[in-house]
Amino acid sequence: MIELTQSTGNSFLAKRYSSERRFKIYGALALIITTLFLFFLLFDIVSKGWPAFFEHHAKLEVLVDPAKVSAQEPKAGEYTAMVKAAMQERFPDVTERAAKKVLNSVLSQGAADDLRDLVVKDPSLIGKTVKLDALMSDQSDLYYKGLVSSDNAALLDSVKTKLNVSQAVSWRFFSNSDSREPELAGLWGAFVGSILTVSLALGLGLPLGVAAAIYLEQFAPKNRWTDLIEVNINNLAAVPSIIFGLLGLAMFLNVFGLPRSAPVVGGLVIALLVLPTIIIAARAALKVVPPSIKEAALGVGASHQQAIFHHVLPLALPGIMTGTILGLARAFGETAPLLMIGMVAFIADTPQGFTDAATVLPVQIYLWSDLPELAFQSKTAGAIIVLITVLFSLNAVAIYLRRRFERRW
Amino acid sequence: MVIWCLAIIVALMIGTYVLAVGRATKLRAAGAQTLNSLPAYHGLLAGSIVLIGGLLVAGVSLFMPSGPAWVAPAAVAVVGTALGGLALQRIIPALRARRSFETIVLAVLILSSVVAVLTTVGIFASVVFESIIFFKQVNIFGFLFGTNWAPTGSPPGFGFLPLLVGTILITTIAISVATPLGLLSAIYMAEYATQGTRRIIKPVLEILAGIPTVVLGFFAALTVAPLIRNSGEAIGLTVSSESALAAGLVMGMMIVPLISSLSDDIINAVPQSLRDGSYAMGATKSETIKRVVLPAALPGIVSAIMLAISRAVGETMIVVMAAGLAANLSINPLAAVSTITVQIATLLVGDQEFDSPKTLSAFALGLVLFFFTLILNYIALRIVQRYRQAYD
Repeated sequence: MIELTQSTGNSFLAKRYSSERRFKIYGALALIITTLFLFFLLFDIVSKGWPAFFEHHAKLEVLVDPAKVSAQEPKAGEYTAMVKAAMQERFPDVTERAAKKVLNSVLSQGAADDLRDLVVKDPSLIGKTVKLDALMSDQSDLYYKGLVSSDNAALLDSVKTKLNVSQAVSWRFFSNSDSREPELAGLWGAFVGSILTVSLALGLGLPLGVAAAIYLEQFAPKNRWTDLIEVNINNLAAVPSIIFGLLGLAMFLNVFGLPRSAPVVGGLVIALLVLPTIIIAARAALKVVPPSIKEAALGVGASHQQAIFHHVLPLALPGIMTGTILGLARAFGETAPLLMIGMVAFIADTPQGFTDAATVLPVQIYLWSDLPELAFQSKTAGAIIVLITVLFSLNAVAIYLRRRFERRW
Repeated sequence: MVIWCLAIIVALMIGTYVLAVGRATKLRAAGAQTLNSLPAYHGLLAGSIVLIGGLLVAGVSLFMPSGPAWVAPAAVAVVGTALGGLALQRIIPALRARRSFETIVLAVLILSSVVAVLTTVGIFASVVFESIIFFKQVNIFGFLFGTNWAPTGSPPGFGFLPLLVGTILITTIAISVATPLGLLSAIYMAEYATQGTRRIIKPVLEILAGIPTVVLGFFAALTVAPLIRNSGEAIGLTVSSESALAAGLVMGMMIVPLISSLSDDIINAVPQSLRDGSYAMGATKSETIKRVVLPAALPGIVSAIMLAISRAVGETMIVVMAAGLAANLSINPLAAVSTITVQIATLLVGDQEFDSPKTLSAFALGLVLFFFTLILNYIALRIVQRYRQAYD
């Protein structure tokens, strides 16, 4: 027996208590590190991406030269030349060839495109002077935002004062599709592609998943075959997503001959990808409905299917919806399998249907992140902000549904 | 055309349903004999027959793309109408419409649950067949034990070891970040945190778990990697701009929510009586956790870590964006290494020729990856199952 005196006992106890405190601090520290990481990540993305939502315009008066455009074919006019001429007129002291070239690169090609759109809409403008909100090129835009220094700072500063350059919200970023020019590139095409892909994935995955869950939870006999399906679903839930891309490539593209880069294949692959998630969530939701409800229905003469479809399923529906929305959020953010099936191309047109070439938001982020132009870096972060906003709203809806309809039995 | 087929099927289905319900109701009103099933079931049975027949015809005629485009919708319309008419003819009071309809529903439910099995079979078939073609052209031992991975070089090298080492390196970094953070978080959440803290921390972990990996990849490549390189160079180390450390760190943070939520469940599943016993012996809370709760939860925690490993091995976007393309055989975390998933992704983006070993090698890598994750998951799930049984 060890005889503990009062003093040794106290120091022993103090040691144990301090070890207790240390352990608790370690745990809190782990949580703090994780939280800090998340905030640092979000802060970094938002601070990088915020400028992408704004663009700079110059107030430029452009003469729509009747010599350069005909009223019959307003689309074919030489609008770039008109904008150039207007710039030359405002800056007559720029005479050198090299300096002229720099002057022409101050404005974006988008300025001439906007002018064209104005004239096409209203051909009576031909021969008149138009006040154009001319879009600045990505380099001048970055300079005005203070993100880069420029060799042509003097010129850009004089443009700013002379042409009254101002900043405005960049609606183009939401309404345009992809472009080689950073200041013209937008998310609309990728967003439509995402909607097409995810809606197909959901349209296939939700009925299949719920049906499979109902069968496994309520009808399946306990035998080897059922066990096999269960093990299989659990394993499928943990198969890396890139493997589903290989499946899409080898099966849907090579064997079935479906079109490359199309939302139809993307939707199929993602449907299979989220299927296990939906099945597992739906089974969990069905499991918590107490058996007494089914038994009561059976007791008053309902058939097995009537008991389940009329009574158990409606009660499990909120849980199924919550799980589905979480699966939907995953489908929205999925990138890797879509790279395999060619949804990674540069696509400047908005997809019109399920078989058109398209890309999706996360793939657009990946594509832009690879581009060398500095302006695309902020566009990438801006696109991430949009994507994360979509995902957070989906999650918020799921949490709301859970709070609103959750029932404790 | 698909849209047209579907529209025709839906229209015919609704039409048949309405007609069948009407017919059955009329039979009941005539009152000669009582109906065996409710009119609605007669409608559902007739409608589902049209639906199934229409879908079958649509599927067959769409996959035989011969003849003009209107063939498929026309065939669907003809067959659907014929089936609908036939089903309507068959409505008599003695028809057991509910029974028949429920048989159809059960068949649909069973087929849906088979889809998951078919998916696995499809994955297996697609990686195995292409891999077999690959291994006809490249020696399997050269693949498994070769140290030179250069699929686009001349002559091409298909030695898989550098990728394996790169994958293990990045996974090791990720797991050694994620395990302590995730486990300690879970312990704190399960044993110490008040309701209020839990309410704040849970969403944080859920948000982190919900962030798409492409976002984390961007963060790793543009923020973490330069940070590591600059701080490494400040203390005189040469750090590659695409270091394994950056990718591994961010991947580790990605896995923290997975480990913490799994461990949280497992720790909560340890019976309170074990804790109470330990407290009764005079143990402090942390002693109870370290000597009683954790040992009891150990199998579950091990399986959580195994699931995390399989997740890290299969993770693609973070490494594609933040780790290198060049497959160096190196275990230096500051060097650029490549992983299995990076190579699969880069080999299959762009032009694919299914007769060249370059494209096929991606499927061989996929096969390795599939088996590796499958085995890890299987063992992990087995451990969890056995462990659950022990305390139920």
